[in-house]
Order: sequence, then structure tokens, then C-alpha cells
Amino acid sequence: MLKYIIRRLVMLIPVLLGVSILTFSLVHLIPGDPAKSMLGEKATETQLELLREEMGLNDPYIVQYGNFIGKILQGDLGESIQSKEDIAVEIAQKLPATIELTIFAMILAMVIGILAGVIAAVKQYSWFDNVSMTGALFGVSLPIFWLGLMMIWVFAVELKILPPSGRLASTVELETITNFYLLDSILSGNWGAFKDAFFHLLMPGLALGTIPMAVIARMTRSSMLEVMGQDYIRTAAAKGLKKQLIIFQHALKNAFLPVLTIIGLQFGFLLGGAVLTETIFSWPGIGRYVYQAVLARDYQIVQSTILIIATIFVLVNLLTDILYKYFDPRIKYE
Amino acid sequence: MDTDTPLLDVVNLHTHFFTKAGTVKAVDGIDFSVKPGETLGIVGESGSGKSITAMSILGLIPSPPGKIVDGGIYFKGENLLDKKEKQLRQIRGKEIGMVFQDPMTSLNPVFTVEKQMVETIRAHENFSKKQARDRSLELLNLVGIPDPKKRLTSYPHEFSGGMRQRIMIAIALACNPSLLIADEPTTALDVTIQAQILDLFRRMQRELDMGIIMITHDLGVVSEVCDRVMVMYAGKPAEFSETKNLFDHGKHPYTLGLMNSIPKITPEKHKLEAIDGVPPDLHGLPKGCSFAPRCKHVMESCLNIDPELKEVDNNHHVRCLLYEDSKEAVST
Repeated sequence: MLKYIIRRLVMLIPVLLGVSILTFSLVHLIPGDPAKSMLGEKATETQLELLREEMGLNDPYIVQYGNFIGKILQGDLGESIQSKEDIAVEIAQKLPATIELTIFAMILAMVIGILAGVIAAVKQYSWFDNVSMTGALFGVSLPIFWLGLMMIWVFAVELKILPPSGRLASTVELETITNFYLLDSILSGNWGAFKDAFFHLLMPGLALGTIPMAVIARMTRSSMLEVMGQDYIRTAAAKGLKKQLIIFQHALKNAFLPVLTIIGLQFGFLLGGAVLTETIFSWPGIGRYVYQAVLARDYQIVQSTILIIATIFVLVNLLTDILYKYFDPRIKYE
Repeated sequence: MDTDTPLLDVVNLHTHFFTKAGTVKAVDGIDFSVKPGETLGIVGESGSGKSITAMSILGLIPSPPGKIVDGGIYFKGENLLDKKEKQLRQIRGKEIGMVFQDPMTSLNPVFTVEKQMVETIRAHENFSKKQARDRSLELLNLVGIPDPKKRLTSYPHEFSGGMRQRIMIAIALACNPSLLIADEPTTALDVTIQAQILDLFRRMQRELDMGIIMITHDLGVVSEVCDRVMVMYAGKPAEFSETKNLFDHGKHPYTLGLMNSIPKITPEKHKLEAIDGVPPDLHGLPKGCSFAPRCKHVMESCLNIDPELKEVDNNHHVRCLLYEDSKEAVST
């Protein structure tokens, strides 16, 4: 098992190398001049040329790429072209916000998605099945940005029960330890802040979690339907076990494997989806950070952040593969 | 309980399935009883209603589409059809154990043998985890799993087919049931393992004085373990008799067809006989005897009259017009 994990970690190197080439190329293919966006429209050609030279923009691409990778290997993600801030520091500050949001959205999606899928399967063709699966169809089809805006309009503007943006009300004090606000408020025993942070998480979490929730619900349903027809489920019933036990233990553990695969993949989409959600809800995470960097042609930030997101995605997939073994003892990793 | 009182008495059981294509009368009027310590064989080809009979007894007919529309299932004198789900659950796995056909798929692949045994025991007995574990070890020993202590924590895929069937039997026996239903318990196993498993059934029956219902399509199995046999065809009994009598004086053309289709070990070669035609489609059974379209001895009246089960000899019942008083048959 340990050997397998090590091998998978080594395999990360070519994957991330590929990602770095891809992002580097994409960023440099996008039209727009970073020098111009820094100095503004009124800059003279000499000023621009000087800045380009200073930033290394006139070097051949291969040299620029070499510099980029060389720095990253030293743990240096470079500095923002605009603010001159160290990108690594900025990401370290913003990443917890994104991860908190992503995990919250994922938990929401898993709890509701799996429960709805299981009930829909057990009560196949019932009104619950029809309603929840039609709902799931809507869920995968709704654009996140539209859903997010509608939620803000309904819950924040009209009903005024949820905050429209941000992570914490400006009136709430919270000592930041890990930068995960829910965790920090628990650690410092600050329940007022916990409640406020939770309410701030609800809308973006729901908006972000809608698509995975729908996908998980549909996958759980079809997987459960298949498992419920298996011989061992009949055996469990013939042993006189309670129905809930048969459904939630005997069936669900077997049905969970394909759902787990989906969850692992959806996690990646969530990180991507965070760009939209964070922008709409002014969530100070790396999604919004990248979005603003793209607008400002701050390609250093874009490159580095995408690389970080890709690394997280690959690690989540590795974790998924390791979890497989827990759910299915027949899986062997040599 | 005195040995003449039946442990299980199934009376006029009708289990039907209501599908879009029509009503399937999977079990359509069968009666039988099982006494303690007795083995009853139920024989028939696929779709004859054997397994549905077993599932009906345990109250595990998927509903919808299935429904027991008529009859009674009296277990130790009480009608199981009147019982609530919770009461049935206390009988399943405790009073009535069940062994299924395919041990490869009947055990849950993601749980250890220990978990699957312990949960059965703890569902029915007030045992601590430790006690349930000890009982599991004892059972594995009983059914002949070598080195049970080590094997208890193994997963089903780590066992061979024969060993898995032993584990299934151990689970079925976990709470000392008075009735064991075995649905084709040896079909998926190879011949030497079959013999071992049948031996195990006989040994367990002697030790526990259980009644056994042995569902099979294999007359060889019947001849080895069953005291009495019911031959089923298209949801109805075709013939019901003591085992020896059935092999010596089988009467129903279907029973005879089944026996003729067993290869014989004789010096001279002869062609293996088969029953003509295919098993009937239960969606649209013919008006008369359901076996008539395949019967070698079919008569005109067979196509119109569905015969009743008649006693032709002491404890030997046949449902065939050939053995009915022809006048009476025509007049009904």
C-alpha cells in the first residue's frame, strides 16, 4: 500500500509538468500585454519596452518557461505583476477560504445527494423518486452564476435572511488561526462568529454544490438500484436484518464505489466552479484571485494558482483511489 | 413437539405477480408439510415456482409486483401470512434459516465473514460481540472450515465456492433454526464439493433435528437426502410422493421425463432422452393441463381439463388425467 502511494506520488511529477506546460502556453497565447495593463494606456512605447525587458517578456518562451519552473522548484511562485506581493503568501491566505467553501459544498452535496439517491432507489417510481430526479436534472442544467445571482436576489435582497457576500460580517471579530473560519471559531470558542461564518457559507456552498449534488444523487440512485437486486441483499433479508441496516450498510457500502469516483472527479469541478461562485459572492478565495488576475493580465498569478489547483485535484484523486480499498476489500494495490 | 405435528404446513398457496404483461401465477395452489427432522424435496425446472415458494414462506416476495393472493403458511401452528414485518423478521434467520444457490454472490463482498455472522446472531440473540464471535467460531468449526480463528476475519472472495457455501450454511444455522430452506444449495458447486455439502446437511439435520426443504432440479440430490418429494410444474404440484416410491413408481409423465433425462451408467449406449418443448410461459398458460403441450401421452381431454391432484396410492399423489377415473374427469 505504501509502495503504491509512493509510486502514485512519483507519477505526479510528469502530470504536473504537463499541467505547467499547458497553463504556461495558454496564458501566453491569450492576447493582451501585461506591461500595458500595468502601466496603463498612456504609457510610452519606451516605458513599455523597458518594463517588458525587465519582466523577461522579451525572452524566448522556452527561457521564460524555464525561469517559471526553476522558481517553482525552489518554492517561489513569483510575485504579482500588479501588486508586487509574493504570490505564495497570497495563495496561502486565500486557499483556506476556497477549501473551506469547497469542502462545505461537497459535504452538502454528499449528504443531500446520497440520501436523495438512496431514498429514490428504495422507493423507485414513487413521487419522491420522480420529484428528486427531476430536481437533479434541473440541478445539473442550471448555470452556477445564474443560480448564485437568483439566490442573492431571493435570500439576501428580498427575504434578507442570508448575507449576500463575503465570509464574515464586518462587525464580527474572529481571531484567525488556520484561516478556516468555521474551524477558527470553534478553536477560539467564538460561537457568534461560527454562526455568522456558517450563514455566509450557506449560499455560495449551495450554489457551488448544486451540480455535484445532482450528479451524486443520480449516480447513487442507479448504483443502489443495481445493488438492491443482488443476491447478498436477499441473503441479508433472509437473515432477518432490519431494512434500514440492509439499505444503509449492506447495499450502500457496495453501491458507494461508483459514487466515490464521481465525488473525486466532482471535487475538481468544484475547484474550477469556485472561480464563478467566489466572484459572484465576493468570496475572498483563490477563485476570485485568479479571476481578477486574468482581468489584469497578471499571468504570474494565473500560472501559479492553476498549478496549485491542479496539484490539489490530482491529490484528491489519489485519495479517492486509496479510499476505494476501504470500500471494496477485493481491490488490491500492488 | 411430537414428530407427527408438522413444523411447517403450507396450504393452498397462491403467489402471483402482477406485471404489465399480465398476471403471472408463479405459485398456483400448492400444499405440503414438513415435519421436524424430515427432508422434503421440491423438484422442478427453472420457472416452476420452487424458489418463489421458498421466498413466500420467508415473506420475501418483492411487492409490488408479487403478492400472496391465497392460502396459508402455518409455521409451528401460526399463520405467517398474518404476521407483521417485525414478527417475520424475528422468524427469518432465527426459526427459519435459508441457504441460497450461488455462494459466490450470496455473501456480501465488502464485509468480513465475522461481520456477516455476528450481525445475524446479534439480530436475534441477546449476545455481546464477544459471545457472538465465539458462537461464530463454533459454527465455522461445525461446518468444517479449517482454522476458523484465522478465517473469521477474511472476506468472502478469499474463500473457494465450497467454503463459501459452508459459511452460508453456518449463517443459516447460527440461531439453531427448526426449519432450513435450501434453494439449490449445490447447483453452483462441482460434484465432489456437492457430495460434501450434502453430507454436511445430513449431519446438521441429525444433530439439530431440523426440518429441511431442499429445492433442487437435480434428482440425484433428491435421491440422496430427501424423505419425500414434490415435483412442481408451472406453479403447481405434478406429483407428490415418498422418495423411494417416486423413483420406483413415478407416474406423472413429467416426472418420468425428468428421470429419463438422467444419464444411465450401463454397458450399452443409449440416447439421452429429453422432454420435448420448452418450459411454459407463465403469462399465458394453456387452458387444460399446463404440461399437455409437451406431454407424450396427451389426450384430447388434457387440452380442456386442468386435472386435480389425486391420491393414486398410499401417500402418492399425481396430478394427471391418465390416473384419474376418466368418466369423472370428463364430467367435471
